[in-house]
Amino acid sequence: MNWTWLHKFASPPHAYRLAGRLAPWFGWPAFLLIVVGLYGGLVLAPPDYLQGDGFRIVYVHAPSAWMSMFVYGTMAVAAAIGLVWRIKLAHAVAAAAAPVGAWFTFAALATGALWGQPMWGTWWVWDARLTSELILLFLYLGFIALRSSIEDRDRADRAGAVLAIVGVVNLPIIHYSVYWWNTLHQPSTLTRFGKPTMAGEMLWPLLMMLLAFTLYFAAVLMVRLRAEILRRERNASWLKAELGR
Amino acid sequence: MSGNGFFAMGGYAAYVWPCFALVIALLIGNALAARSLHRRAREEALRRLDSGQDRP
Repeated sequence: MNWTWLHKFASPPHAYRLAGRLAPWFGWPAFLLIVVGLYGGLVLAPPDYLQGDGFRIVYVHAPSAWMSMFVYGTMAVAAAIGLVWRIKLAHAVAAAAAPVGAWFTFAALATGALWGQPMWGTWWVWDARLTSELILLFLYLGFIALRSSIEDRDRADRAGAVLAIVGVVNLPIIHYSVYWWNTLHQPSTLTRFGKPTMAGEMLWPLLMMLLAFTLYFAAVLMVRLRAEILRRERNASWLKAELGR
Repeated sequence: MSGNGFFAMGGYAAYVWPCFALVIALLIGNALAARSLHRRAREEALRRLDSGQDRP
């Protein structure tokens, strides 16, 4: 198979311009969906029969938790592409994604603690779901620290990629932890097969928020990727043309 | 606060609002951080171009 198209696609000037064009197309729909989703979740959805208005935390907790895993998956796939095909742009994507994923993981843990306290009577338990999510945060922080500790960029890319790929093991553990082990954490609200365990008027704001956060991440990733490309690029001719010097 | 149904969140205000405030602040913060990262990378690249450090 001929991979030249991939390398052309992954050329810094092309990627820089494409990311710049795409960012608003992700960002604005994300913004609108978040506004509508917040209104739906906070105002339109009825209170839960068990948890009252406390269940509304799901509208920020579940999307944050979903993003903590989605961003990690994106990062690991990009890192693997970077390792296998030696595409620097893929490593740049992984490096650009990591801090955003770490923040979402922090948000999932913090909103989870704020939800756990009134519902379970505790901020934290060392059970499988919560512990594996905490390990995910450490994987992100380890990835960021490892990259920044290595001076040579190519070596930092490769070492970071290995860590990111090894850490993928944690994703199915997080997902299935609520089924494999006893836990206070409730099982997934949404499953690929079978009906969602939520009424429609509660469900649509959640689906909107999940989509919105995913689009938001795509937009932020595009902007961060542009910064990453500029930092890495040492070929003056296209930079001159692109930056107008 | 108890007088206002919406802001009282059925007694869960102390948990619900910090969650939403945290996540919204995080969304805004990450977006602004990305923009300033790009702006700084751009300024840095321009400085490099002016000082002729990059290969032509």
